[in-house]
Amino acid sequence: MALYSEKVMDHFRNPRNVGVIEDADGVGEVGNAKCGDIMKIYLKIKDDKIDDVKFETFGCGSAIASSSMATELIKGQPVSEALKLTNQAVTEALDGLPAHKLHCSVLAEEAIKAAMKDYYDRHGIAYDESQFPAAHDCEHCGV
Amino acid sequence: MRTIYADNAATTRMSQTAIQAMLPYMDQIYGNPSSLHSVGQAAMEALTDARNRVAKALGAANAREITFTSGGSEADNQAIRSAALWGKRKGKTHIISTAFEHHAVLHTLKKLEKEGFTVSYLDVHENGLVTPEQVEAAITPETCLVTIMYANNEIGTIQPIREIGAVCRKAGVLFHTDAVQAVGHIPVNVQEDNIDLLSLSAHKFHGPKGVGVLYAKRGVILSNLIEGGAQERGKRAGTENLPGIMGMTAALEEAVAELPETMPKMAALRDRLIAGLAEIPHGAVNGDLEHRLPGNVSFCFEGIEGESLLLLLDDKGVCASSGSACTSGSLDPSHVLLAIGRPHEVAHGSLRLTLDRDTTEEDVDYIIRAVKDVVEQLRNMSPVWRDLMAGKRQFVIE
Ligand SMILES: Cc1ncc(COP(=O)(O)O)c(C=O)c1O
Repeated sequence: MALYSEKVMDHFRNPRNVGVIEDADGVGEVGNAKCGDIMKIYLKIKDDKIDDVKFETFGCGSAIASSSMATELIKGQPVSEALKLTNQAVTEALDGLPAHKLHCSVLAEEAIKAAMKDYYDRHGIAYDESQFPAAHDCEHCGV
Repeated sequence: MRTIYADNAATTRMSQTAIQAMLPYMDQIYGNPSSLHSVGQAAMEALTDARNRVAKALGAANAREITFTSGGSEADNQAIRSAALWGKRKGKTHIISTAFEHHAVLHTLKKLEKEGFTVSYLDVHENGLVTPEQVEAAITPETCLVTIMYANNEIGTIQPIREIGAVCRKAGVLFHTDAVQAVGHIPVNVQEDNIDLLSLSAHKFHGPKGVGVLYAKRGVILSNLIEGGAQERGKRAGTENLPGIMGMTAALEEAVAELPETMPKMAALRDRLIAGLAEIPHGAVNGDLEHRLPGNVSFCFEGIEGESLLLLLDDKGVCASSGSACTSGSLDPSHVLLAIGRPHEVAHGSLRLTLDRDTTEEDVDYIIRAVKDVVEQLRNMSPVWRDLMAGKRQFVIE
């Protein structure tokens, strides 16, 4: 289908880093089943680096591809770099998304950030709250 | 790789009969039926012939009751607008419909509400059916029109049209039915079914796209959506789409003639497909199993989303459709699935497979395997499925 770029279809058909990390250092879940997409990110952090990352996603093709790409972009990166991940970076790496699917890349960014925040919280690491703006409200169901 | 087209409720492949019936009207009998010369009159003769044949196929009393349109949407719009205008002249501004009509009907009704009409949307229950008693109870002295679809395009349920028509007749209320999914798929007879206004569309029964019919019983006055020339007795301006009309007529006659053969054959394949998909845990068929179009299979599967399901099925050569928000292009999943009480999160995981008369048992078995594989693949990466299995989230479908 020509709805999506080849990159999106590749990451959708062969998603990278699917799964669960049982002893994760940080877990983040964003989205809402009512709206049709949920992303969950698991992080393993070692020496201040993203040692491993896995995801699970309930959602459309672009939601799955965005999660896959986001995990690829941060894997092996220093935590400070991973925190800088933006939804634009995810979208660009996928060679673009249809306008009405851009929220999928936003969710991917938010899921990563939520997992990082969870990591800091669990490990009692101080952080700057402003790095983690509240996940945007779902314009549809207001959750 | 094989391609199995199982999206016949969206549109169908044209039959050879229909294609052959159209061809002469492109380069041989190409005149304008309104022209007085012989080339034009040959076209007029064909048009008259088509009108007679369509009237006969629908069980209409008179060919004058047939108006050719650009398709189902136009016929729906014109039927409802005409009845509303008639009602307004008599001071009747109440309309009865259902919550799960096609948007061609629903959006027309929404506009009429803005123009001062009130509309009662009848509950279609979990099985996707309304009852004649509901209609009877909803009729008031202000009611001018009841518009209820013959068969639903997503879940395939067939309404008790004849009985609803009888209720409307008794009450002196006009009755329109959107029969776009029914005509050519099940027997439809406008007189026996007590129908005043009926819409159909050729591309749903192996005819061409962009052509349809509005049936209006004698005495029901149509008002124009399109002003201009005097075509269609002045009720629908524009030079007639003669190739389309001829193709539609041939497709309609063919589909109706083959019903005794195609209906049981397709219903058996439908039931085989339903039985196969019912083996998938935490999935359920949508809509009544008995009062159902022979080619319609509609399911919801928990823990997955419909668009990704469609994309992976397409990779396996299966063309299907879904009522998920991502495929409907809006934020909400299909209004039809919500109307039968499916919660949002379940409606997102819907799958519609619509067969045609050429679908084979091998096709059905292939589809069953493909859907099973894809549902499992998606559930394996779904956090919702994990939570459901872990008891952290409640299953809606047991
Ligand atoms: C029930 C129903 N009504 C109306 C329509 C619209 O018909 P058309 O595509 O010919 O405008 C369709 C098809 O999309 C339909 O399924």
